[in-house]
Amino acid sequence: MQAFVSHVTAALSGGSQRSGYPWGYFRIMTTTTRSLVVLGAGTAGTMVVNKLRHRLPTTEWRITVVDRDDAHDYQPGYLFLPFGLIEPDQVRRSRHALITEGVELVLGDVDRVDPTAREVSLLDGRTLRYDELVIATGTTPRPDQTPGMLGPEWHRSVGEFYTYEGALALRESLAAFSGGRLVVHVTEMPIKCPVAPLEFTFLADDFLGRRGLRDRTEIVFVTPLDGAFTKPVASRELGHLLADKRITVETDFLVEHVDQERRVLVSYDEREVPYDQLVTVPLNMGADFVARSGLGDELNYVPVDKHTSQSTEHPSIFVLGDASNIPTSKAGSVAHFSVEVFAENFVEHARGQAMTHSFDGHANCFVESGGGKAMLLDFNYDTEPLTGTFPLPRLGPMTLLKESRANHLGKLAFRHLYWNLLLPGRPLGLPAQMSMAGKVPAAVSA
Amino acid sequence: MPTTTIAGHAVEVNDEGFLTRPDQWSDELGSELARLIGIELTDDHWKLVHFLRDDFAEQGETATLRRVSTRTGTPVKSLFELFPGKPAKKMAYVAGLPKPKGCV
Repeated sequence: MQAFVSHVTAALSGGSQRSGYPWGYFRIMTTTTRSLVVLGAGTAGTMVVNKLRHRLPTTEWRITVVDRDDAHDYQPGYLFLPFGLIEPDQVRRSRHALITEGVELVLGDVDRVDPTAREVSLLDGRTLRYDELVIATGTTPRPDQTPGMLGPEWHRSVGEFYTYEGALALRESLAAFSGGRLVVHVTEMPIKCPVAPLEFTFLADDFLGRRGLRDRTEIVFVTPLDGAFTKPVASRELGHLLADKRITVETDFLVEHVDQERRVLVSYDEREVPYDQLVTVPLNMGADFVARSGLGDELNYVPVDKHTSQSTEHPSIFVLGDASNIPTSKAGSVAHFSVEVFAENFVEHARGQAMTHSFDGHANCFVESGGGKAMLLDFNYDTEPLTGTFPLPRLGPMTLLKESRANHLGKLAFRHLYWNLLLPGRPLGLPAQMSMAGKVPAAVSA
Repeated sequence: MPTTTIAGHAVEVNDEGFLTRPDQWSDELGSELARLIGIELTDDHWKLVHFLRDDFAEQGETATLRRVSTRTGTPVKSLFELFPGKPAKKMAYVAGLPKPKGCV
């Protein structure tokens, strides 16, 4: 390619071969490079730039990715930090090191996007022009949105594990915990990785058992949903597991405020749940610049076509990962499968062709259930998580929605796949489209 | 789908009693559905029910509690007073719409 370009450049500068080329040919080759700007260098954004850099010629596309800092966290690791099952340095790496050559990483906070001018302004005054924009700024826990959640006891008796700092603070709190009421609480759906609060509860049961504190601890799971989970088959299986582990479930509980002094959660319908240690999942919201730019819904998620991730309002904007409003889990596996579909589509889109690939909402995740076991969920927009088996390349079939040691080992192994295959954009051998092979349909699984 | 008769109209419902065909709904039916769950509809209730109907027609899905609160300017606390216990579900039921989806 390089030789070809310099050949043409020589021709353009007036070389003797000039007359040998038709005019249209020159016009194409002198078109200025187009610009793809990606906001957010997390799971989705990193995969997008790494995949597309290999697919789009540098002579045609400049790729820039913006993030506020240089720390990329393996977020599934947050779940294990409070129990000392993983070390902090296994969770965090530099974003720079994860982004392929030929992509520029800009550190800065996004102020707003102007879709008409096709311009992103940063809070420090810099602006970035784009031809195509990808928003991949995810979703963030917002304790400031619930009265009383932030306060002197934040990251103490009011803990959380959805941030690096919070997970580390919770490790201290749990190490000092001597029994009482441990309340695991979800503020409002949707949340990032919606099974994580249940996993936390199962791991806490295990952790307290090993420390001889389980009989002195009442574990309560408080949810705004009407069951352990929304999808019926998974809710049933997970509900059994909670009952087996003597975990009480408080359903339909929508928190109005946290009273840190009395150590109670108070709901809108005036129910109270007392705690000694609270582990809450605050309201999750998309980035504030989405709201400032007039691009979001009431939780700052950008409405998109759920099959192409293209903004319903602005055809030059795509939204990947947790930042969009697609009706499925906010989870890394959704980001992974949807980015694979998007990369194929974007190559067509960049050529001015129609996009021919469609994302079906496919997601799968290992659900840690304590005692060195885990379950596996696999689902999409139309099919809920089912029981049965899942054909995993090389490792063989994994059991779906049933606890097994193999699933737990799969979950542990995933961290290596994440850093070494997933983020660099290498194939994992998992199809983006969901398959029914091995699954037991809901109608006959009861 | 089972069919039942509410306020003299034959309507299709699911196993939880929610209407499965939003086009079979009317104000009259709404009043009767509310009565079945012990609610007498006032203007405040109607404002919310009609918002839900309009929003569903536009968006193709039932508004979440937060969306109802934000878009109509009604505090969540008031939603709990108007539709006690499970306001999201009760509003959807009265408005003849599917339960709002919780995400997996």
